[in-house]
Amino acid sequence: MKNESHFDGLTGPVIHDEIVAARAPWRHRLNAGETLRVVDLEGNQAVDFLLYAAADDAERYSAQDTIAAQGNIFLRSGSVLLSNEGRPMMTIVGTSVEYHDTIGGACSCESNSLRYGHHTRAQHSCVDNFLEANLRDGRGKRDIVSNVNFFMNVPVEADGALGIVDGISAPGLTVDLRAEMDVIVLVSNCPQINNPCNGFNPTPVRMIVTA
Amino acid sequence: MSTALADPNAARAHARSMGDTVAEAMPILPPRADDLPAGVAPDDLLWEETIAAGGYASRILARGSRLRLIDLAGDACASLLLFNAAMPTERLNIADTVKVQWDAYPAAGSVLLSDMGRVLASIVDDDAGTHDAFCGASNEASNRRHYGDGRNSGAYPNARDRLLLGAAKHGLGRRDVHPCINLFKGVRIADNGAVAPQLGPFAPGRSLVLRAEMELILVIANCPHVLDPRAWTITPLRVTAWRGAETASDDPIRAATPERLRAFLNTEDLYRR
Repeated sequence: MKNESHFDGLTGPVIHDEIVAARAPWRHRLNAGETLRVVDLEGNQAVDFLLYAAADDAERYSAQDTIAAQGNIFLRSGSVLLSNEGRPMMTIVGTSVEYHDTIGGACSCESNSLRYGHHTRAQHSCVDNFLEANLRDGRGKRDIVSNVNFFMNVPVEADGALGIVDGISAPGLTVDLRAEMDVIVLVSNCPQINNPCNGFNPTPVRMIVTA
Repeated sequence: MSTALADPNAARAHARSMGDTVAEAMPILPPRADDLPAGVAPDDLLWEETIAAGGYASRILARGSRLRLIDLAGDACASLLLFNAAMPTERLNIADTVKVQWDAYPAAGSVLLSDMGRVLASIVDDDAGTHDAFCGASNEASNRRHYGDGRNSGAYPNARDRLLLGAAKHGLGRRDVHPCINLFKGVRIADNGAVAPQLGPFAPGRSLVLRAEMELILVIANCPHVLDPRAWTITPLRVTAWRGAETASDDPIRAATPERLRAFLNTEDLYRR
């Protein structure tokens, strides 16, 4: 599962290296200047992603501020992830995937009931992962906002049709994010099995942090 | 300091003399409107207010209430937050709203969904057609860049801080100001993801009617759209609300798609007590 090529292009010393199991939450603090590489180990694994300012976690990632500032819904190399107060939290300094999503939100038991039916109630979801991880820091449901979905593909058609479609990622592809402030990173390694976001098969991802 | 107002009686008389002043932007109490839709009794009027350019308002609305917004002069931008009044941790989820309905552009017949898989409100009427689920509210930093100032206390208040004040009046705080929907100013998304704002100015008098599907706290800011490149341009927003029937099982919006139907089933389940 771990492959030396996963370090290609990273410059600073590795200070953290962890496999996040399929379906699991992950929470990690990065200080300003550190870089997080997320590796899509087996391909097309949605990585739901939120950020909180470590010094004041009422300041958090804002998909809408990020979209408005860059005039585009897709996150690409060079995209700056802005907070709800308009400040840069992280910058995508490189990615081997053309673009990532930030309009599709996170799956939840509740939205699954709308999208697929009430028979999905017992299935695990990203919002449950976000809740579990947030509760450990004293945050809760109010702290969950529209997130990033790395390695997920949500196009908007000319008529407004919008949906999660087949991914454009592949095994070993990566996204690198530089922290612009001290941040808490919250991840749900998406457990969704009812749409193509994980190729109907949730898989592990690798998190590499460099100083 | 005015010597004429140096004693409390004079100050009281002065204050009271202002009471009948009429301003362009103000609430009308009790509410009064001469343009209610056919079939709406004047006694069912709940709220009549014109929100100032750069202003905000907040209100609790009962289930079934109709809320009509009118862009009086063609340059209003209504940034809207919605909460379940009984449990405000449940609130508008704009990502679920577009994802669940497979549609980037809320319009007549669309619903606004909570993060609990329920319908907060339905859009029952809309002759504007230009709304924005993607760009959100301006903030102090973006207004400072554009106008040189973005403070509530200045001439160019930003939408986020207006929403914060409105939310705070219901005991809510910074963690509760969630991604909003902008009404009357729109966007279209190009194939490459580019955001093309639709900023007008539009014809005066465009309107939109929402139906509250839950008991709601709603917060509205009326500030320039965050991508509006013009010098400060915003015009007053009129809001009118009246009592209405809760949504029936044969309602056309409820039955329009399987996703909306299940959202209404979830909502009805909340009120099955």
